[in-house]
Amino acid sequence: MEESLNFIGENMEMIYFLILAILLGVEVISNVPAILHTPLMSGANAIHGVVVVGAIIVMLHAAPDNYPSLIVGFLAVVMGTLNVVGGFVVTDRMLEMFKKKPKKS
Amino acid sequence: MSINILEIIYLIASLTFVIGLKMLSHPESARKGNLIAAVGMLIAVIATITIYQPFDNSKLINYGLIALGLLVGTIIGTMMAKKVQMTAMPQMVSFFNGMGGACAALIAIIEFQNHEVGIGNSFDGEFLVMLLGLIIGSVSFSGSMIAYGKLEGKIKDKVLPMNQLINVVMLFTIVALTIYQMLGYGDSTLFYILLVVALVYGILFVMPIGGADMPVVISLLNSFTGVAAAFGGFLYGNKAMLTGGILVGSAGTILTILMCKAMNRSLTNVLLGAFGGTKASGAKGEVGEQTAKEISISDTAVLLSYSQNVVIVPGYGLAVAQAQHICHELEQLLEEKGVTVNYAIHPVAGRMPGHMNVLLAEADVPYERMQEMEEVNPRMANTDVVVVIGANDVVNPAAKKDPSSPIYGMPILEVDQAKNVIILKRGMSAGYAGIENELFFYPKTRMLFGDAKDSLQKLTAEVKEV
Repeated sequence: MEESLNFIGENMEMIYFLILAILLGVEVISNVPAILHTPLMSGANAIHGVVVVGAIIVMLHAAPDNYPSLIVGFLAVVMGTLNVVGGFVVTDRMLEMFKKKPKKS
Repeated sequence: MSINILEIIYLIASLTFVIGLKMLSHPESARKGNLIAAVGMLIAVIATITIYQPFDNSKLINYGLIALGLLVGTIIGTMMAKKVQMTAMPQMVSFFNGMGGACAALIAIIEFQNHEVGIGNSFDGEFLVMLLGLIIGSVSFSGSMIAYGKLEGKIKDKVLPMNQLINVVMLFTIVALTIYQMLGYGDSTLFYILLVVALVYGILFVMPIGGADMPVVISLLNSFTGVAAAFGGFLYGNKAMLTGGILVGSAGTILTILMCKAMNRSLTNVLLGAFGGTKASGAKGEVGEQTAKEISISDTAVLLSYSQNVVIVPGYGLAVAQAQHICHELEQLLEEKGVTVNYAIHPVAGRMPGHMNVLLAEADVPYERMQEMEEVNPRMANTDVVVVIGANDVVNPAAKKDPSSPIYGMPILEVDQAKNVIILKRGMSAGYAGIENELFFYPKTRMLFGDAKDSLQKLTAEVKEV
């Protein structure tokens, strides 16, 4: 009990941060037209690819001879990058289509 | 000093995520928003590699591997994203989402290796964060992969006997294992058992959910991955990961709820699988005996050419047949003849909200022509012909009339109000939700059987002749 309270106390800053970020996310999204649901989901999908930063940190921590860690870390970096790059490119492709028309007409 | 620079860069990256997401929710600024978030991501990644200080600096192998991993991921990711058909967009998003989930789970696994657990009874917050990251990341990964497979048509809907019960039991197992490990009994065997259980749970969680509900599930899993990424951020005290993850977690949840609202269903209703698994039997008896009336291509052409108002209702069938271009051609042809043509787009037409708009936009259909349900419905009674192309459930009157129908209460496009209804369809099979549609048997309804693209091509040729 005491330890868990300590943990919360030590991370109070993070917890504040967390709550504010949650509220921010809710605020940012409300009033979205249905047309944009798919691109928005896809864009959000790319943003959580920030997890790749964690994968990079893991790799930087790993000892150069710790092969299991290096292999798993490498996989994590590849997958995280897939998430980021694929996510942003797909979103851009979707939105590109919305852009085209005003130029034409 | 450099650590402070890194923190500042993370702050900038976090801001780009917030601004990017905000801009993504407005049509005019959406593309720029996406770009801004991408730039933020890029600087966060570069700064992490160059500024972040590991314990010692003599790790060239690791840097090489990181660079290689980034390169491989970028190449594969770009190729997949560029090559994918617009119709296959939802499963692509699901796939990338699964990758993110897997990444989060793998991070948790490595950190667990470096972590000393089970020291006495003391509460170990770091370990808890790891476990949660592992669980949520794994569920998101396996769930997304199943969703991907289902939308690709590689995995069929399958409901295990007592699937719901099994899911509840598994969820309890996960919670129990987590608590047990947190009480100081953590060891690597249990850790990996937990990993396996979470992976299986992800599969069983998505398996029974019907295809029509898949967008909601993908959106939900998307927010799961966000949360998993945030746990990673918590572990490292990394603000960029934390903001990015939490933002997506909460925004994704709201988006999921918005999607459910568009279908007038609750999230629990979707997750417990009211349709997809348990096929509806309600409406079947009433309409089973009737036969639908067919219409020929030439009659359709004449009917359309001499109408004033035509509304096209596109559905997933149109997307599958890749018929959006020929559909646009038909629309232009009719416009030249003085017919007003509009598209009525149901919020959940296609496989994801907004999916149909993307497809039509690909075929250069003007933005103003795509109208939302609320705009179109009041004008339905004045519409001469409604052409339903590969849509079914979104025009099913049972949603308004039949309380026993699983889609009862879902707002629909009230095409039955129009003077004539023509339905382009491959056969008489039920829609994605597996529900009979009595609209097909209405006196003013005519069926035009065949592949949507094929029928539209013939129709276009015929309209030219009229």
